[in-house]
Amino acid sequence: MSTYNVTHLNQLESESIFVLRETAAQFERPCLLFSGGKDSIVMAHLAAKAFAPARIPFHFLHVDTGHNFSETIEFRDRFVEKLGAQLVVGLVQDSIERGTVQEETGADASRNGLQSVTLLESIEREGFDACLGGGRRDEEKARAKERFFSHRDAFGQWDPKNQRPELWNLFNGKMSPGENFRVFPLSNWTEMDIWQYARLEEIDLPSLYFAHDREVVDRNGSLLAVSEFVTPREGENPVKDTVRFRTIGDATCTGAVRSEASSLDDVIQEVAASRITERGSRADDRRSEAAMEDRKKQGYF
Amino acid sequence: MTEDKNYLEMDLLRFTTAGSVDDGKSTLVGRLFHDTKSIFEDQFEAIERSSKQHGDEHVNLALLTDGLRAEREQGITIDVAYRYFATPKRKFIIADTPGHIQYTRNMVTGASTANLALILVDARKGVIEQTKRHAFIADLLGIKHVAVCINKMDLVDYEQGPYEQVLKDFGDFASRLDNVTELTFVPISALKGDNVVERSENMPWYKGPSLLYHLETVYVGSDANHVDARFPVQWVIRPHSDEHHDFRGFAGRVAGGVFKPGDEVTVLPSGFSTRIKKILMAEKELEEAYNPLSVTVTLEDEIDVSRGDMLVKPNNQPKVDQNLDAMLCWFSSSKKLAAGSKYLLRHTTKDVQAIVTEVLYKVDVNTLHKVEDDHEFGMNDIGRVTLRVSQPLFFDTYRRNRNTGSFILVDPFTNETLAAGMMR
Repeated sequence: MSTYNVTHLNQLESESIFVLRETAAQFERPCLLFSGGKDSIVMAHLAAKAFAPARIPFHFLHVDTGHNFSETIEFRDRFVEKLGAQLVVGLVQDSIERGTVQEETGADASRNGLQSVTLLESIEREGFDACLGGGRRDEEKARAKERFFSHRDAFGQWDPKNQRPELWNLFNGKMSPGENFRVFPLSNWTEMDIWQYARLEEIDLPSLYFAHDREVVDRNGSLLAVSEFVTPREGENPVKDTVRFRTIGDATCTGAVRSEASSLDDVIQEVAASRITERGSRADDRRSEAAMEDRKKQGYF
Repeated sequence: MTEDKNYLEMDLLRFTTAGSVDDGKSTLVGRLFHDTKSIFEDQFEAIERSSKQHGDEHVNLALLTDGLRAEREQGITIDVAYRYFATPKRKFIIADTPGHIQYTRNMVTGASTANLALILVDARKGVIEQTKRHAFIADLLGIKHVAVCINKMDLVDYEQGPYEQVLKDFGDFASRLDNVTELTFVPISALKGDNVVERSENMPWYKGPSLLYHLETVYVGSDANHVDARFPVQWVIRPHSDEHHDFRGFAGRVAGGVFKPGDEVTVLPSGFSTRIKKILMAEKELEEAYNPLSVTVTLEDEIDVSRGDMLVKPNNQPKVDQNLDAMLCWFSSSKKLAAGSKYLLRHTTKDVQAIVTEVLYKVDVNTLHKVEDDHEFGMNDIGRVTLRVSQPLFFDTYRRNRNTGSFILVDPFTNETLAAGMMR
């Protein structure tokens, strides 16, 4: 008899919008971490809805490893311009040149871990007191214990054993000078929810998510795209394959999957049938059992 | 396409799990995930690998929920973990709370957003003190649906006796629960899978549904308050553009009741009245808005409204008071409650200062007795207090509305969240 049913996607949407507005209200200078991946795109879409018809009251911050797919950067610039948002880019290359990080060496060297330092430097330089991230709790086991409002100390560190209890919709964003917050409006979304919502709202996504032909090498079980950042090693046979990406990150550690899915409908069917998590193709998570937790403690997204 | 259509029409059930250490809670969650095909191969392989590494004989499904390094090292759950799974009927969010350390604090947190509490009882042990404590907290936090799972039925030869005993013992005690309106008992074996997803043939005497069927069909649509219209203003939208020069929208999430364009509303605390012009979700105009929708409201008259104010209906107003009577759960491990100390209090979108004026009693969570002569309030303590706040709050009793009846206390020095409160 009740006519007040709300579908789960509507509930998630309303919850995220509430968190985005709360972030605007509780902080002086929040920013939105924008990677060009589907989660940050959906988060930006929700931010646009939350403050319409006004503009989104956050700067966008992109931490660029310099190893991004060109499609990602082109998409980012188009997207930010369409929203009329202000984009700030933090370059890992700058941190390397300043000497605040050292490039990893060795066979599986990646700039992924270095991003944390560049992120913290960008936060400090711009004076951001809160960073909105597109992280979801279903992504990874350390993220499952993350709060919506996640406190970081003056060193940008996460202390998972000493998190503030978070009840109802009452978020505590109080902090001392020098500290800051990470805010995760998409905490309760799953990968499937993101895809379904993108289709429902007709959200434009980068072409990398859809099947295309690309030269790849199979390295430690990940299909890496051959590019200026990934060159085939001895004994590796680059092959041309029809692939797509389930997550978009640094080109050196984000694996592709073989797929014919060329539309959102296809992708949704594929995700529904998949038996492997989306981060299964991320080499950065496979470094150790607690790889994500360790990176988060150091200030990772 | 029918499958997709279902997905878009699916609703959401948030539930919390409670059980003592060896009740098999992790095994049950693991079983629900496994049997609804919500564990992915790489996840399963990862926990298989670490089970071997830790020297476990079987694949330890608890590793699926215990994500932090310290948890894996010590084999315990430290914090509330949120888990997700879906069936073709519903999407589920589980707030999985640990069985021992900081128990009350975590269960209160998990229960605060849940519609249903799942309480595990070991069939061999029956109802114990902890069972009552779990039920008490679920009830205190306003959960209306409680499912008691009598687990390890395989270890009592699937006999009806232990199940009936739990029904009887729990029933004697259930009359003391104020908020719980639906109490369900399911005999299960999480390890063997009996009555978890499919009804078991091992217990023909049990005529009820499987646990999953119950979770998929339990009706929670009327849990939210759709009677008392409450709209706490969260943010004022004023676009600085020529196109929307005169636009003033009040953004927020409906905390109770139903709002429609044309409705007369009163703004608290100013008391001015006007009518709702439009209810917006981005560009889309809505015919009505209710909890838990986030919307933007425009008003017919230009009156002063800001964050922390509340739109209500003139003929149905909340309590407005500076003196509060509340149940309080204390969370802080470093500080004890001190009558006379100043705290920050956050209620809906409003921040005020607060002083706890009196501790009326503490509740012994094991016996559920009121303790009136012990007023020391430390971590995991629950009790009834009075407070005085620096400005009047607009509130309802927690029992009537979770959104307008709840608050938190924050330490003005450390910024730590010290306590959670529920208005009486």
